[in-house]
Amino acid sequence: MDTFLQQLINGLTAGSVYAVVALGYTMVYGIIQLINFAHGEVVMIGAMVAFTVINALAPSGLPPLAVVLIGTGCAVPVCMLVGYSMERLAYRPLRGAPRLAPLITAIGVSIILQHLALMIWSRNIMAFPQIIESRTYFIAGAAITTVQIAILGICVLLMGALALLVYRTPLGTAMRATAQNPQVAGLMGIDVNRVIAATFVIGAALGAVAGVLFGTYYGIAQYTMGSVLGLKAFSAAVLGGIGNIPGAMLGGVLLGLVEALGAGYIGDLTDLCQYGWLSGLIDACAGGGHFILFGSNYQDVFAFVVLILVLVIRPSGLLGERVGERA
Amino acid sequence: MNKTTVGITLIAGALALAGCGEQQKPAAPQASGIEIRIGHAGPTTGAIAHLGKDNENGAKLAIDEANEAGIKIGGQAAKFVFIGVDDQADPKTGTTVAQKLVDDKVSGVVGHLNSGVTIPASAIYNQAGIPMVSGSATNPKLTEQGFKNVFRVVGRDDQQGPAIASYLAAAKKPKLVAVIDDATAYGEGIANEVEKTLKAANIKVLPREKGTDKTTDWKAVLTKLRGRSPDAVFFGGMDATGGPLLKQGRELGMKAVFSFGDGACTDKMTELAGKAAEGLLCSQAGIPPQAASKKFLEAYKKKFNTDPILYAPFTYDAANLLIEAMKKADSAEPQKYLPELQKISGFTGATGPIAFDDKGDRKDAEITIFTMKGGKIEPIAVVKSGKTVPYEEFVKSMGGK
Amino acid sequence: MQSFFDTRRYPWLVWVGFALIAVSLAVLPFALAQVGTTWVRITNYAILYVLLALGLNIVVGFAGLLDLGYIAFYAVGAYTYALLASPQFDLHLPFWVILPIGAAVAALFGVLLGAPTLKLRGDYLAIVTLGFGEIVRIFLNNLSRPVNITNGPQGITRIDSFKLDGFDFGHYGSLFGLEVSGPIRYYYLLLAVALGIIVVNLRLQNSRVGRAWEAIREDEIAARAMGIDTRNLKLLAFAMGASFGGVAGGMFSAIQGFISPESFVLVESIMVVSMVVLGGMGNIWGVILGALLLSFVPEILRWTVEPLQQALFGRMLVEPEVIRMLLFGLALVLIMLFRPAGLLPSAVRKRELAERAA
Repeated sequence: MDTFLQQLINGLTAGSVYAVVALGYTMVYGIIQLINFAHGEVVMIGAMVAFTVINALAPSGLPPLAVVLIGTGCAVPVCMLVGYSMERLAYRPLRGAPRLAPLITAIGVSIILQHLALMIWSRNIMAFPQIIESRTYFIAGAAITTVQIAILGICVLLMGALALLVYRTPLGTAMRATAQNPQVAGLMGIDVNRVIAATFVIGAALGAVAGVLFGTYYGIAQYTMGSVLGLKAFSAAVLGGIGNIPGAMLGGVLLGLVEALGAGYIGDLTDLCQYGWLSGLIDACAGGGHFILFGSNYQDVFAFVVLILVLVIRPSGLLGERVGERA
Repeated sequence: MNKTTVGITLIAGALALAGCGEQQKPAAPQASGIEIRIGHAGPTTGAIAHLGKDNENGAKLAIDEANEAGIKIGGQAAKFVFIGVDDQADPKTGTTVAQKLVDDKVSGVVGHLNSGVTIPASAIYNQAGIPMVSGSATNPKLTEQGFKNVFRVVGRDDQQGPAIASYLAAAKKPKLVAVIDDATAYGEGIANEVEKTLKAANIKVLPREKGTDKTTDWKAVLTKLRGRSPDAVFFGGMDATGGPLLKQGRELGMKAVFSFGDGACTDKMTELAGKAAEGLLCSQAGIPPQAASKKFLEAYKKKFNTDPILYAPFTYDAANLLIEAMKKADSAEPQKYLPELQKISGFTGATGPIAFDDKGDRKDAEITIFTMKGGKIEPIAVVKSGKTVPYEEFVKSMGGK
Repeated sequence: MQSFFDTRRYPWLVWVGFALIAVSLAVLPFALAQVGTTWVRITNYAILYVLLALGLNIVVGFAGLLDLGYIAFYAVGAYTYALLASPQFDLHLPFWVILPIGAAVAALFGVLLGAPTLKLRGDYLAIVTLGFGEIVRIFLNNLSRPVNITNGPQGITRIDSFKLDGFDFGHYGSLFGLEVSGPIRYYYLLLAVALGIIVVNLRLQNSRVGRAWEAIREDEIAARAMGIDTRNLKLLAFAMGASFGGVAGGMFSAIQGFISPESFVLVESIMVVSMVVLGGMGNIWGVILGALLLSFVPEILRWTVEPLQQALFGRMLVEPEVIRMLLFGLALVLIMLFRPAGLLPSAVRKRELAERAA
């Protein structure tokens, strides 16, 4: 039981980081139907910038919390700038082009960002300095650290703030209007270009924070970290219903749980030796052996399987509305 | 665009290509005595460029020393020429640069660094009949291909795995061990050997858990293992994944002993895992560079103004072995000195005495066991031909500091 | 086949042109070998990429389905060859038996991927194919347990080289006093396969099937209304594209003699997409140009950039591998922004992209 509870905590923490990254994908997709492939790299740049600042300030004797906040404070504007330039230079000229054109550009942008980061920060792994004394609490045998609690709290806050922004402010209204129909929104006096740029910038800021959270949680940042994280977060966004903000949050948390429980239990469930009638047929089972079809080695497959299943069975995701073929 | 241009472009492209390559031709040999080319291949750019450079330096040092010694081969003064190529730690690039060395008519090759690159490259050297000595490729398969020209001076994964496993078994006496790997050729390979040795020692091993070489979240796997309470955990993988694994294991309250192979046997582990890294056990193929012969260490420091990082003593020995065999055969013709290389004896290099078995593996290769103490890895024992010797004693036997 | 030259005015030009190309292609490896057999090897890899790009061109260029997991088919072909011609299962079938099997297995995978996903819109399809490519790689990497099939990350060693009637493509020999090394033999084999695939592509392009693909690419709903069986034709595109990838994979296996899952990562898929996009989606000559450019330019850079930087700065500032990847990234972005139809646009593509649908 404590194992199960622990897996829930693991999945929830990882999932809430996925959720914040997924928000960046879903906001952009919701507004211009573009899969911003490079969003994962924005998250990576956020983590790298923050780590650089944090590592520089670590020996200064400032309180750890202040160091992390300053690091985040530097990462957010950098990422916002990256997000803005990306939109302005690579995506805006292609608005109205066939759908595949901006997707291909996005892949290119992702490669370029990743290798620029490599040139700036080299390939070395950056470690989070050991400044935070993470305390571990045990609840019914399941461990939860202060960092995990902080991550969960920050994610909930961020999601709440974003929901307020989208549903309660004029900018949010403009964003929703643009998502509905850019032409009409333009006619209603909305500066569509500005709204789209704002969406990218907000998504990038969220990405920066997610990067810092990810880095703090796992204590590690490297120029390659964006691609896997980005793909998983994208799967989460699709799971929840891409373009749908509550959907991205739900999708992120669910994907985190699926991964944790999958890695934790699927190995035992697919151990053919525990099924009596089968174990007799398999030599490997003799003497308490195991014959595991799918173990934790397939952990990274789960995200993709979820992605494919959702797209094939219910392309609109869990919370999304059905979208027809758009011209 | 006119269609004619297409055809012309293709032809022009082909010609331009031929032209471009023309400049690649190596400089014409200087006519005085004989020139003997020795190649080195390793990743001098990319993620492990520092290790590639280290390897290259080792080989370079040996060649410079040979030139100073004024060796005569076939009655003529021999001038050894070093040709270094960069394989980028990529198998495909590895075969291309191997071909480059063959084109350049090298008499022997030192390299490559990674097993996954060395294996396909070795086939090319084999076809050309050029002897190859690796100072750092540890995958057993390399010398199992039946190639007569392939040698290595470093211990194999199936020597390192058993060494760390038997040390773990003897020192910590675990009853139940969990084995994790990162699903790479290296990680899985060494984990398999550890599992085999532990099982042979009647220690129970849990079903294998796996991540990838990019995994940062090990919590799901570790939580599952925690439920089975193993006494020790072995991880086959690199420090970038091993660090987070160790840290998360302690966060989850696991008390087991953590042990690693040479991929995660670095000081970086402290940086990545903090206090959680204290007390880990790990192994390195060969002997730590600081235990290499004093003569080598001083020469290296003098020439490159830095200390060797990892495998430099081995590539130094590899290059010296090639030269030694040429001297014995009194020829730099590969087919003439290859038999001498195979049956070399009485050779003592920077890493101790070296001789090859039938496959081309080093007889009695050493494996060193380390532990993390005060944020630094410290050698505690050396395992050689199945025997474990405390580190201090080993250093004394080498005549070192 | 469309004529290269204005054949109506100078019919003999065709033959002169063909003769020129044929002679230069035939002599090329020997010219390259004078410089170094390395360059023959590099050319061989370039031709492999031409094969891959041509295969992907069927899916992306002809049928307009962006496939980001194309390398999976290459992997399937490579592993089929490796498993049937290596000590892994102690099978040593001849290559002319395995290559068709490899093509067929890859085609089957193409259908397996295509069948459930064809309903999806373009960008969703791209992401699903990406996921598919990764799943195939992860499976290849893990099918070493519980039963050892692929040997996992260790890869498969000692794969047989091509042999035909005692003629081993992997070995050295000589002909008319010229040294004919293994890479040169493979060059001719690869060239022959490439020419075959080019002919198939050219024939396909203007066939009923080719025009139907074009119709689907332009407007799927309209195509269906015209009575085109869109589902089967899209499946066919996937299967054909995949089978070319499978053949290329088999040849890679034989040339390399060793394969492991790390040769089939996502970046490879994206590289092939870059080649197709750079050259011009849908135009066979454009795609070939794209593949050759993106194979050779990085190689030439590799042998020049490093010494150049050493000479200028005394150390290496930007690694050749980084320059190579930046080239790929820039090719994708700049082409899409400034020349969306590629360096050599196909006639239809040009028209289509000029219109810019709303």
